[in-house]
Formats: sequence, structure tokens, C-alpha cells
Amino acid sequence: MALTWKQKDLIEIGALSCDEINTIFTVAKQFKESAQQGTLPKSPLAGRTLVNLFLEPSTRTRLAFEVAAKKLQAEVITISGASSSLTKGESLRDTAQNMAALQADMIIMRHSASGAPNYLSQVVNLPIINGGDGAHAHPTQALLDAFTLKEQLGQIQGKKITILGDILYSRVARSNMECLLKLGAEVTIAGPSTLVPQGFAALGVRVCYDLRAALQDADAVMLLRIQHERQAATHFPSIGEYTSMFGLNQERAQWLKPDAIIMHPGPINRGVEIDSELADSDRSVILQQVTNGIMVRMACIHLCYAYHNGLPLQPEL
Amino acid sequence: MSAYLWIQNGHLLDPANQIDEIQDLYVAEGHIVPQLSEAQKNSAKKLNAQGLMVAPGLVDLNARLGYPGPSHRETIATGTQAAAAGGFTSLLCMPDTTPLCDNAGTLQQLVDKVIRDACIRVYPTGCLTKGLAGAALAPSGQLQAAGAVALSDSGAPTQNNEIMRRALEYAHMFDMPVLAQSQDSSMTDQAMMHEGEWSLRLGLKGWPKVAESIMVARNVILAELTQAQVHLQNISSADSVDILRRAKARGIQVSAELSPQHLALTDAALSTYNTNLKLQPPLGNEKDRRALIEGLKDGTLDCIASGHSPFSSHEKDCEFAAAPFGVGSLETCLSVALEILHHQEGCSLSQIINWLSSTPAKICQLPAGSLTVGMPADICVFDPNEKWVPQADQLQSKSKNSPWIGTTLRGRVKACIVGGKQIDLTSTPAS
Repeated sequence: MALTWKQKDLIEIGALSCDEINTIFTVAKQFKESAQQGTLPKSPLAGRTLVNLFLEPSTRTRLAFEVAAKKLQAEVITISGASSSLTKGESLRDTAQNMAALQADMIIMRHSASGAPNYLSQVVNLPIINGGDGAHAHPTQALLDAFTLKEQLGQIQGKKITILGDILYSRVARSNMECLLKLGAEVTIAGPSTLVPQGFAALGVRVCYDLRAALQDADAVMLLRIQHERQAATHFPSIGEYTSMFGLNQERAQWLKPDAIIMHPGPINRGVEIDSELADSDRSVILQQVTNGIMVRMACIHLCYAYHNGLPLQPEL
Repeated sequence: MSAYLWIQNGHLLDPANQIDEIQDLYVAEGHIVPQLSEAQKNSAKKLNAQGLMVAPGLVDLNARLGYPGPSHRETIATGTQAAAAGGFTSLLCMPDTTPLCDNAGTLQQLVDKVIRDACIRVYPTGCLTKGLAGAALAPSGQLQAAGAVALSDSGAPTQNNEIMRRALEYAHMFDMPVLAQSQDSSMTDQAMMHEGEWSLRLGLKGWPKVAESIMVARNVILAELTQAQVHLQNISSADSVDILRRAKARGIQVSAELSPQHLALTDAALSTYNTNLKLQPPLGNEKDRRALIEGLKDGTLDCIASGHSPFSSHEKDCEFAAAPFGVGSLETCLSVALEILHHQEGCSLSQIINWLSSTPAKICQLPAGSLTVGMPADICVFDPNEKWVPQADQLQSKSKNSPWIGTTLRGRVKACIVGGKQIDLTSTPAS
């Protein structure tokens, strides 16, 4: 199958066509197979400089991008919020333009402000990959989740996926809704009404506050962390109350179909949104998600770089 | 310069005097006169307004000129030049300056600067409360004596109901209008755009429309209680229009304005995180926009005010969350009103001049808003159909945070006359 990809940047799922999403899956699968054979691709990024501009704390995503870039033989420079000159009052435009002047070849950015990568892509002519911006988007997470779902369920079209937890403040939820709807899944979002506003129904998802109804016919349930740091005291009474009402425990897992899988983008709060044993059970594909995250991010980096530089989309394996 | 001005062949629009026809207009010694003598006509400066509209100069009840304050945003010279380019001959400048206009000294400093640098009439306003903190009354009497024509909590809406009540009672004693911004700030903490489908899509914290309507209701109730003259600034939601309509039907004396931005745009326009569309209150949805237009047409809303808030490029050139609220709008206000209300909605030009000149002048009892004989010759000459595209380097405002740059608008100011003197709309003022 011919690969379709016309993106310099990967900022939000909305910009991608279904064919482009499938191109990411195809390339990620190739990378995964070659990794399983213990070989590294012959990458056009070899010796190129990739800047990991992480202006908001992150371990998992930053590491996954680092590993992905290194497997593509790129030189990775990681800049975290605390060590950047943004803390000295430099604007994002100036920081980015300095990166470009220092001959970076690509920027991966995480930022606390929604829309920051959209802005960045207007001020520098480098490929930009969004590593998560505010409550807006986390496209590589959604793509690795969809890749994992496809692996596990065979296809996404027509599958029922439930996303449970703090939807309002979650960029992961937004990108997943967009990606899964685009690929033809039926998406239900569930959780406390203050964190799962009815308004989301306008985006094409089912909004559900009855946990049993949300779980019972799902093919997969994606759990989201309660993001303590983002919530005002006004949005829910306590962590204990959340766990008692919406935490996924052994008893509630019985409501799921026997072959339904459990996903989580991490970091997990064991005993809060998910029971510890459940996180380690056969139903859980949480660690597969992490591994797939490397392959999907390799594909995203490769495709954006190749398109921007007019190189072949098909990697040399 | 001649003391006489003869505006020939123009179409006179003077809603205050029900004039809407082709007629010459005469000015002598800075005032409108019924006729010029033959000798005066011979020496008069002649302005051929064939095919153009000749209206009373526009009056803006809600603008910021950045003085006192950071001069990189605006100065009295650039701000008033921008106003003139937009057809305004009088404006009220908001008191949320740096330092604040909450004391007679600062107000006096502003008045002095206006005398030196302004090319149109600038009327200062004073803060409604001390430090705009909403906790204690500002010295309204002293502010009035120093030149304030109204009081306002613009930029820092008064939250405490008791303070608002007393502030209105006190202002009423001096017969000063209170320009109130309706916003329950407990509901808008860190909010950046209208709460709705688009805020959910974009991951920007939503600003619930009830944060406005709750305070509109409060302000209407207090207007009735105190009998003070309350003017509600920048109404943006359908619910607020509904509350105002019912209040007016009950005979409560209250007036209200809306901005041209809210007439023309909705939250969907924020899909690219354009910081020049970050407004306070934020752009509503299409239902709100329709309700604002209907509210204006049926008299629930009284007038249009620019809401001009200049911010320089480096302040707006950033992530959406980091950008300040506000747009530059003096130069495009009439054009946007013409585009939406005249060209799209079919409102008469006379009605539009009423909303942009006669009514706002009446609300704040300013000597403006009509071409009545004896009035100061403040005149706006415009072509309602001329197409133009605002460009950053051609805008007179020192700040270029206009959402209309690069957009084709219909309707353009051709001449602006203040006290009989024609302002040069092409010159760039020294800043």
C-alpha cells in the first residue's frame, strides 16, 4: 500500500486524514517488526539534531520520544522547563528561533498552554511534533492508543471504547476522542459530571454518568488519571469519593465483557482510578501501550522529517 | 485657515433631526450654521462630498488610550489619531490606566495631556472604586471636579453587591453615569474563551455566559433600587439581552452597549488560537451574536462602543494563555458595523449613526451626536460602500492588535472634522 503523508507538523489529530493515520500505523508496524528482529532502520535522521523542548514536567512521554529519536539515530537534546531561558523571561518565539539558529532539525514540544505548538509552527519553519499542550491535544498518545487497540481488537471501526475519568482537563481524552471517532469507533466518556460536561456530546461522543452502563458493552476501557494539579477544589469532593464512585476495581471489572481490555496512558495512581491487581492483570495492556509508544513516535518523527525534507516516506529497514 | 467650511453635495445623515437627504452643510467658527453669506462662501474651505455620507462625528463610550501607562501601546496622540481615522470625534477613555484614574491628581494629568496631544475630544472617566479593588468608593466628587464625565469599573468589575449599591447611590448624587462591566469574576478565574463546544475542542478554559448575565441582573436590580444612571458595557450574551429586554419592559432606566467584534465574530473564529480575538468578555456563539443583533434592532441594546484596547505586537505574539485580553478597534468600528448591520442585516445608515453617535452622546450628555445648528462642527464623512483591507502598517493606532488586518471591509471614513477643523487622516502622529 502506498504511504500517504502530507504533514510537516503533528499538532492535532484533526489535521490528519484516515489514510495518514493508517500510514503511521503501517510505518510503526514496520519499525516494531524490525525491532523484534533486533535491527535498526537506516534512518535519514542519523546525525540530525532533534530538540525535546519539554516546558512542563513529563517523564514517560519525554523518555519515549528520546528513545524513539535515538532508535532513528538522531542526536537528542532535551530542554526542560526549569533549565530553559523561558524561566528568565525569554518568549517562546525567541526560544524557538534560537533553536532554529542553532540548526535544530526538528522540535518536539510539551507546553502547559493549549495551542502553544500551533503558535510555534507559525514562528519557525521546522517540523513540530506536539508532545502535549495544556488541555488541548496529545496526538502521539492517541495514535499509540489506537495502534494498540488495532493490535488487540483487530480493527477499530465499529468497536465500542469507553474513556473514564477526568475528561475536561485531559488532552489525552480529547485527542483519543478525535482519533477514535475518525477511525469509526463508538466512543463513550464517563466520570463525574463536573469533569465530563454534557457539552462534549457535540463532538460526537456519548456522555454517561452510570459507570455500569459505560462499561458493560465496551470492547476497551481507557482510564485517565485524576489530575490533582489541574483541579480546583470545586470539581470533585475528594480522591476517596472519586475512587468509591468511579474507580475501576475487581467487582466493577466483572461488568466488562470477558475479552474487554483495560488501557491507561500513565502515570497510574494505583488504588485511585484503578485497582492495583487489575493494572497488572491479563486484561491490562498498559505496558504494551508504552512499547508501542516508541514505535508510533518513531513513525511520526520519521514521516514529518521525511515530508519536510522531500525524502521517501518509506523507511529503509 | 478659513473660519468657514462648506461641505457640498453630501448626503446628510442626522438622525437627531430626522435628516436623511442630500444637502450642503455649513460651518462657521467651529460650529454648525444654517447658511453662509456669499462672501463667506467665497472664502470657505470647500469639501466635495458627492456620493458620500455626512454624519455627526462618532462618539465612543468605551476606549483605552493607554495614558497614563506604558507608551509602547498607545499615546494620546496615536490613540486620538486612530479614533479620527475611524470617524470618532468624541470618546470616553476608561479609567483602568497605570496609575489608575481613581484620584483627582492622575485625572488632572490626563486632562493636561489631552489638551496638549489629542486631535479629537477626549472625556476622561474615573474609577468607580478606589484602586478598582471593589472595596471602597473612589472620590467621585473630586473626580468629577477634575473632569471625569462618568465613573466605571471597566477592567475590574465590582463584585461586592453592597459596594456596588453604595457606589451607584453616591454617583447618582453627582448625576454621573456609571459604566458597569458585568462579570462575576468567581466564575471566570483563568477562563479564556466562551464556554461551549469550541472551548472543549481547543482545551481552553471556558468562560460561562452566566458569569455575565448574573451580574447584568444584579446591575439592573441595583439600577432600579438606586435610580442611578447605569450603562452596561460590552454586553455579549443572549441571556443578558433577554434580562435587559425584560428590565426595559418594566420601565427600569438602564442603557447598554455592545462591541463591533461581538456583532461580527463568534467563538469558532478562535480555532487557530488567534490572540487578537482574545476578548473580555469573550466572543459568544452564533446564538449570542444573533441575539445581540436583534437586541440592537429592537432597542434593548442602545449603542455600539469600540472597546478599543491597544496591546503591542510583542504582548500579543505568544501562546494564547499568555496573551492579554483586548483588541484595537477604533479604526474599524464603523466599517464592521456597516458590514454587519447595513450590508448584511439591511439596517439604515441613519440607524447606524444613531447607534454610533447620537445615542452614546445622549447617554453621557455630551455636546455631540447631531448636526443641529449651533452645535460644535464635529463631522464624520464616509463612503458606506468603499472596500478596503486594513493593513498593520497603515493603522494609526500604535498597537496593531486588530482582528481585521487582511480582511476586506465595506465602508470607509473619508474625512473627520472636529470643531470645524479637518483632521489629516494620513499623517502619523509623533509618539
